[in-house]
Amino acid sequence: MNEFRKDFPILQGTDTIYFDNAATTQRPACVMEAMTQFNNTCNANPLRGLYTWSIQATDAYEQARHEAALLIHAQKDCEVIFTRNTTESLNLVAYSYGLSHVKAGQEIVLSVMEHHSNILPWQMVARQTGAKLVYLEPDAEGTLTKEEIETKITDRAAIVAIGHVSNVLGVTNPVQEICEVAHRHGAVCVVDGAQSTPHIPVDVQKIGCDFFAFSGHKLLGPMGVGVLYGKLELLEEMPPFLTGGEMIEYVTRESATFAEVPEKFEAGTVNASGAVGLAAAIRYLNGVGFDTVQKTEQALTKRLMEGLATIPEVTVYGSENPEKHCGIVTFNIEGCHPHDVASVLDTEHICIRAGHHCAQPLMQFLGVNATARASLYFYNTEEEVDRFVAAVGKVRGWLGY
Amino acid sequence: MDIKTLYREIVNEHNLHPTHKHDLEHPTMVLNGVNPSCGDDINLQLSVKDGVIEDAAFNGSGCAVSQASADMMCDDIIGKTEDEALALAEAFMGMIRGTATQEQKESLDEAASLEDVAHMPARVKCASLGWRTMKEMVEKLQKDGVTQGRVTANNSEVCGACQRMDCEKK
Repeated sequence: MNEFRKDFPILQGTDTIYFDNAATTQRPACVMEAMTQFNNTCNANPLRGLYTWSIQATDAYEQARHEAALLIHAQKDCEVIFTRNTTESLNLVAYSYGLSHVKAGQEIVLSVMEHHSNILPWQMVARQTGAKLVYLEPDAEGTLTKEEIETKITDRAAIVAIGHVSNVLGVTNPVQEICEVAHRHGAVCVVDGAQSTPHIPVDVQKIGCDFFAFSGHKLLGPMGVGVLYGKLELLEEMPPFLTGGEMIEYVTRESATFAEVPEKFEAGTVNASGAVGLAAAIRYLNGVGFDTVQKTEQALTKRLMEGLATIPEVTVYGSENPEKHCGIVTFNIEGCHPHDVASVLDTEHICIRAGHHCAQPLMQFLGVNATARASLYFYNTEEEVDRFVAAVGKVRGWLGY
Repeated sequence: MDIKTLYREIVNEHNLHPTHKHDLEHPTMVLNGVNPSCGDDINLQLSVKDGVIEDAAFNGSGCAVSQASADMMCDDIIGKTEDEALALAEAFMGMIRGTATQEQKESLDEAASLEDVAHMPARVKCASLGWRTMKEMVEKLQKDGVTQGRVTANNSEVCGACQRMDCEKK
């Protein structure tokens, strides 16, 4: 039995197989406890109050920022901005940096496998500035080749926005190389780390990206807290995204001066207990260790892909190499719509995702309407994989074939 | 009813061996109904004479629930007046929202079996696609005062976000 399962209240006393970890992960008890501790001992509005509880709340919030900065190897804590989630982080970059820097005729380079949250903000910037969107396309294995990267990123590029790990194919993109090419052409590079940060060690300095976004809830943390990392020199010259309380220095009837980074980008009362929960999640994840996370996921992915390969009607998308899936296995069963697949698997107490996974351009590229997706994490087990594979083998029967 | 049983006893038959999945020779109106989020896509065809739906059929692709629901809907509306068809659509939508009366549910005949699956938030759109499309068609026919003949439907806009018709722009 998996030694970590006991830490997750939701996994106790149930036969439910949770294979939708790419959508959101489960939370260990220590995360809920840390948030309860915050709420029960020092809940107050951080950053402003001059009394003990508020000071403690501020400390807890800033400690969380420090731990988030350590997780992704940011050089300075103030390069970490707390947001609601990856989507908000990417919107912050698009509205603040994008609208103030991108000019008509320039290009914003994305990949066709981006999540909608790394497409729609750039469509908005392109519409408003007159810039053009350029899409990198992967080969059959899901890999962005060096040639594709070198040809599509040119001197016209103002922004290159790329997913670290695809939420559909599970493939890890060569973000370091992409950042190098982007910088060579004078563009800034935005990395969507929603699917990578929970699974692989992230070092934003080594990657060399200018911005990096991730969500707390995909990394054992609570929903409603996410992170945007940005290089300090860029954040300093960017205009605020949202304005109002907490983010000002001095306000008159007609104008205002803004607070320093990161407060400049954290308008309104912040999600302090969420940040505290995220910090507890990061500590827990570090305790498990990324070696263990990856080893477990890869072994389970291998077993799952080998199992699916024995069912002739199943097609798996992306690389044949389980190590290139980051725990994500997207598939279809011949003749069965993924929504029907998910519905009947639910009756077997198996949770998988079905649909377009917020990546319709990738679905169009793959030539499918929708797919089913099983996504694993380190608390999943071989027994669960075996039960899943056996159930998938019966789906066609349940659907009348 | 357990979802698996529902598929086995009702949905699979209508999905794999539909009665009304074909093209009509002289439809009064054809309308494309789409659920962009799951790729359900049907072309619903109605043949109407003097306010009565003489024949109904569909073609397209999608999940078993969307296809089976469209097939059962055709069973329900053939031979009905436009107003009766609209009342059935209202009954079906009411069933999904949980506001339908027992009488309304009974009027739906076999289509009422989708009550359970239709309650699942992600499946509401699948189950209601045929009904939603039919409602739009009948309302247009009534608005334009068409009693027979051929109407070209082009009132579905292409959504800028997803390039698909009938998308509820999010």
